[in-house]
Amino acid sequence: MITVKNLRKQFGDLEVLKGIDQHISPGEKVVIIGPSGSGKSTFLRCLNLLETPTGGQIFFEGVNITDPKCDINAIRRRMGMVFQQFNLFPHLTVMQNLTLAPVTTGLMDKESAARKASQLLARVGLSDKADAYPAQLSGGQKQRIAIVRALAMNPDVMLFDEPTSALDPEMVGEVLDVMKQLAEDGMTMVVVTHEMGFAREVGDRVLFMDEGIVMEEGTPQQIFGNPQNPRTQDFLRKVL
Amino acid sequence: MTILDGLSAWLSDLKAEFILNFIDKNRWEMLVQGLQTTLLIALFACLLGIAIGVLVAVVRTTWDSTRLTMRRGPGRLALSLLNRICLVYTTVIRGTPVVVQLLIMYYIIFASSNNGLMVASLAFGINSGAYVSEIIRSGILSVDKGQMEAGRSLGLTYLQTMLKIIAPQVLKNVLPTLANEFIALLKETSVAGYVAVADLTFAGNRIRGVTYSPFMPLIAVALIYLAVVMFFTWLVGKLERRLRQGDNR
Repeated sequence: MITVKNLRKQFGDLEVLKGIDQHISPGEKVVIIGPSGSGKSTFLRCLNLLETPTGGQIFFEGVNITDPKCDINAIRRRMGMVFQQFNLFPHLTVMQNLTLAPVTTGLMDKESAARKASQLLARVGLSDKADAYPAQLSGGQKQRIAIVRALAMNPDVMLFDEPTSALDPEMVGEVLDVMKQLAEDGMTMVVVTHEMGFAREVGDRVLFMDEGIVMEEGTPQQIFGNPQNPRTQDFLRKVL
Repeated sequence: MTILDGLSAWLSDLKAEFILNFIDKNRWEMLVQGLQTTLLIALFACLLGIAIGVLVAVVRTTWDSTRLTMRRGPGRLALSLLNRICLVYTTVIRGTPVVVQLLIMYYIIFASSNNGLMVASLAFGINSGAYVSEIIRSGILSVDKGQMEAGRSLGLTYLQTMLKIIAPQVLKNVLPTLANEFIALLKETSVAGYVAVADLTFAGNRIRGVTYSPFMPLIAVALIYLAVVMFFTWLVGKLERRLRQGDNR
């Protein structure tokens, strides 16, 4: 579904990604872990071109999205993204947050977008918040809304950029539950996270990134049970 | 009884003054016409100022946010050139007095035109645009960049995100400052008399010149400006409260 070839990203003189090769299959749940500054968020943001790669290629469903002629807006409609800081639209109600993109991009008309939004809200247990504004919600509620806002576009893949890092500890669970449910439904997911429990439980494959490269990858059993790379061992010793 | 006598003498003086300055020869009509002219100039200049200001602000923030990632080509060149023009415009307009700009417009650029009202409206509008552009620009910059990213990640275009997500938040952020700019603009139009436009100030001053009695006409002019500004402030306050839905309650 997503193929990454020799992906590089430089900010000025700082090389953040030093050549990444990855293939993500449909339905796969890839969890990316690693110390801060390792380039994992940059890698994720390159996948939908929120960051423009300085080298390499990214193919999404066979299309080279790093080609300047590619219509990135059309590609992004099929890739949902969830941010650490939620980034809900504060001037719109929850319902409007969910229907804005499907209606504006012409994916759905108003009625079907609203119907879909109601279903999604029910799914995350927030039907009663349809007319609330983001400022009236807790962090966990905001992030659940942000997840269904992305789902409202019927994406083929969901990208999560540290979705629980800005949450109070007691709210982490409710967001992870939604993500687990999504994983069970077969969604293709790429998740950057510090939640090792989630990585172990949900991930099909875990990537350990450091210094701009994927240092080690494998199943959760391999990475958490028997890490080979000394950097991985060191990192896991610190976080577990 | 002397206090009462003094008071009644003062009152009848005041009445005579009032009649002289406003009632005789229907001089009040000059003030009304002056106010109309002032409001007309201010309204037109405000609209022009907002149009120019939004345009300049969008050009400058778009350039600032995309110049590092934009591909080389005619689009980039055009935007870079527009950005330069906008920078020169704000620098020149903010760096020179509005009266001088008004005089230059009237006596040099539009020397062939006798339409002082039009020239004054243009001059004040162009002047206001420079300030409005900075207000709007700071408004755009105050919106978290995650908002643009969220919009774009949902597949909206840059323009759609700007219009549907950024602009409403900018409007709410800048409304108080924008209202302040309009109030300043309204009062700045009082120098329109320099190019023979009979605005409110000009009218009051002309009454003073005819009646040789400065108190009444000048205080009246001041009170009219004050009343207009207070009315406008009240109006903006109402609008602001409406836009503040969605804030913490």
